[in-house]
Amino acid sequence: MQQLISLLVENKPGALMRVAGVLTSRGYNIESLTVAKTVDPTLSIMTIVAEVGEDGRDLLIKQISRLVNVIKAVDLTDSRAVRRELVLIKIYVEEERRPALLTEVEIFRARVVDASPKAYTIEATGSPDKLNALIALLRSYGPIEMVRSGAMAMARAKQNKLPVPSYTEAALSEG
Amino acid sequence: MAMLSGAQILIESLVREGAEAVFGYPGGVTLPIYDVLYSHPLRHVLVRHEQNAAFAAQGYARATGKAGVCMATSGPGATNLTTGLVDALMDSIPVVAITGQVPQALIGRDAFQEADTFGISRSATKHNYLVKDIGELSQTVHEAFHIAVSGRPGPVLVDVTKDVLLSNADYSDEQEMEPLRGYRLTDDPDPEAIERAVEFLWRAERPYIYAGGGVISSSASAELVRFSELLEAPLAHTVMGLGAMPTEHPNFISMLGMHGSYAANMGVTECDALIGLGVRFDDRVTGRLDKFAPGAKVLHVDIDPAEINKNRRADLGLVGDAKPVLRLLNERLAETRTTLGRERREARLAWMEHVRAMKRDHPYLYEESAEEIKPQALMRKLDQISGGEAIVTVDVGQHQMWAAQHLRFNHPRLWQSSSGLGAMGFGLPAAMGAKFACPDKTVIAIVGDGGFMMSLPELGTIAANRLPVKIVVMNNNTLGMVRQWQQLFYDKRYSEVDVASFPDASLLAAAFGIAGGSVTDPADLDDALAHAFDEPGPYLLNVQVTPEECVYPMVPSGGAVNEMILQPEPEAAEAVAGD
Repeated sequence: MQQLISLLVENKPGALMRVAGVLTSRGYNIESLTVAKTVDPTLSIMTIVAEVGEDGRDLLIKQISRLVNVIKAVDLTDSRAVRRELVLIKIYVEEERRPALLTEVEIFRARVVDASPKAYTIEATGSPDKLNALIALLRSYGPIEMVRSGAMAMARAKQNKLPVPSYTEAALSEG
Repeated sequence: MAMLSGAQILIESLVREGAEAVFGYPGGVTLPIYDVLYSHPLRHVLVRHEQNAAFAAQGYARATGKAGVCMATSGPGATNLTTGLVDALMDSIPVVAITGQVPQALIGRDAFQEADTFGISRSATKHNYLVKDIGELSQTVHEAFHIAVSGRPGPVLVDVTKDVLLSNADYSDEQEMEPLRGYRLTDDPDPEAIERAVEFLWRAERPYIYAGGGVISSSASAELVRFSELLEAPLAHTVMGLGAMPTEHPNFISMLGMHGSYAANMGVTECDALIGLGVRFDDRVTGRLDKFAPGAKVLHVDIDPAEINKNRRADLGLVGDAKPVLRLLNERLAETRTTLGRERREARLAWMEHVRAMKRDHPYLYEESAEEIKPQALMRKLDQISGGEAIVTVDVGQHQMWAAQHLRFNHPRLWQSSSGLGAMGFGLPAAMGAKFACPDKTVIAIVGDGGFMMSLPELGTIAANRLPVKIVVMNNNTLGMVRQWQQLFYDKRYSEVDVASFPDASLLAAAFGIAGGSVTDPADLDDALAHAFDEPGPYLLNVQVTPEECVYPMVPSGGAVNEMILQPEPEAAEAVAGD
């Protein structure tokens, strides 16, 4: 089953390798992994989706948590969290079908970010389920190319929040 | 503040962190470090192979509890360290490894003697560093020592580029060190958790303590003994735990697990409360996991939260360092002793008596012989010589298990074994490190003929330093443990285990300029051993033992620990073959 992990990690060389290493050394396949700096540029947040068996999930969190560069790791699989993903889709579609396509894109609150005589490039964000539905729909119009960002998640439950300074705190400490 | 080179800062930082000796081997990119060492009081021990630098650093660390330091050059030097680092990781031994790296301008260009040491050592260490900025060097060495010895100890590698070693910067040994953000040590358990544990402990009728290396890392031997006495509970050790409780303590049963004693394994099978202290429920201990301590509730104390519930689900887990946890428990146990009712107290005394009786009735068995030296008899003789006081390092295989079964240890940090990784070639270099750490102690390296040949070059280090280590080769002309498995589980198809053609030990020793000899007749064993131990310098003693001898008891891999093979019997061949 897919486990959703969110972690706060020091933004240091090798940090990604260490976290990924905990997963790969156990033979878990990483479905997606996103990482970027936080408000505090010395820290990064990673969101990982990986195929992990039910009984391995707790151990995996503990083994990631004990890495020296990891400040906190939480399992968001079963908890309240906002999950979003970004997808870019290039679709080759004939001119007469474009109006219909644009209507469908509108329904998904996606938008066209590039257009050429042969193709549209569409950007969409949403839950992985929503994006899967959009992709399925667009494929009925013609061949597509796509790039997905992988999931990002932000905890809603207090106990799962990562201890990242907020903007105001960061501004205060810099000042 | 003084202006120092990176190489000087590195050495001064090592000294500041308390390093007394560095086990190492020089090379191209570490030349600047060796140029500093040329006229520096820090002791460097030149080994003959980098793998043995890591093992020797472990020998030092296992004997003292302080971080052992090893050093190697880039590329092959660093890759050769790897086995010793993984070994330290598996057994939670504090080691700091310093490696040289090619200059930054050459990294990633397949330079001469370049290897991705940072990447390779990632999974071989507790933590590792690549230092590319001289400003970070001193802080990094500080962090490396802190991480190596604190919490659950382990190896830390610091890879330093040559240009950093050659550049200059200000250095002061009073420089403030920054705390580590992501590295938090576990707090002592809260009083509530301690109360729950105390309640758990008094509720048991058949409590049983299973203690391992974590007790030794934590220097909690006195607390462990007190704990066992307060509970009046029998205690078994893992291979890593030997010496934490003195072998002759009346509550001590034996080692448990694959080659543990009958009483130790039956005790764990029959108990109703199992108390794991600084252990990790390793497969060589538990055998078939669902049949391990099947009727017991488990209290698991470990400093590493990731160990709780990893293999065996704990009914109660206490995360913390063994010493403070045992202190807190002992305090409360002493105060609440009267809450144990008379009935339960009697049940517990009967239980203790039952386990002690099993120990009396089922000692480690072997047949004496007047024709051949029995390996177990050799271990008994070595035990008499040691009297539980010598530092004993072993390799991996049959001799390791016989030594664990038959030797006594009156104190912790006397027994050194590559237990988790099971790395042959460990014993001899570990003995060197131990001897440097404890020059006044008798140090015996008990090794097999297979592992000895893997560590052979270190006779050079021993000779060069006149290091009075006693090397006892238990020679059965075969890779005995592999042969044992082939005998029991592979229809005696002995494949590639014949390592006869062992060199003449006295000639071999003489070639290195040290004393040595061989013994084959049991009647000569006492004299041969006396000669070896009377010799003031190092001694290499080759003891020819019965070749076809198996270690018993044996829990076949994947079997339940109470289904031991106790003695040689032909039916044993039907047992399950596994890993």
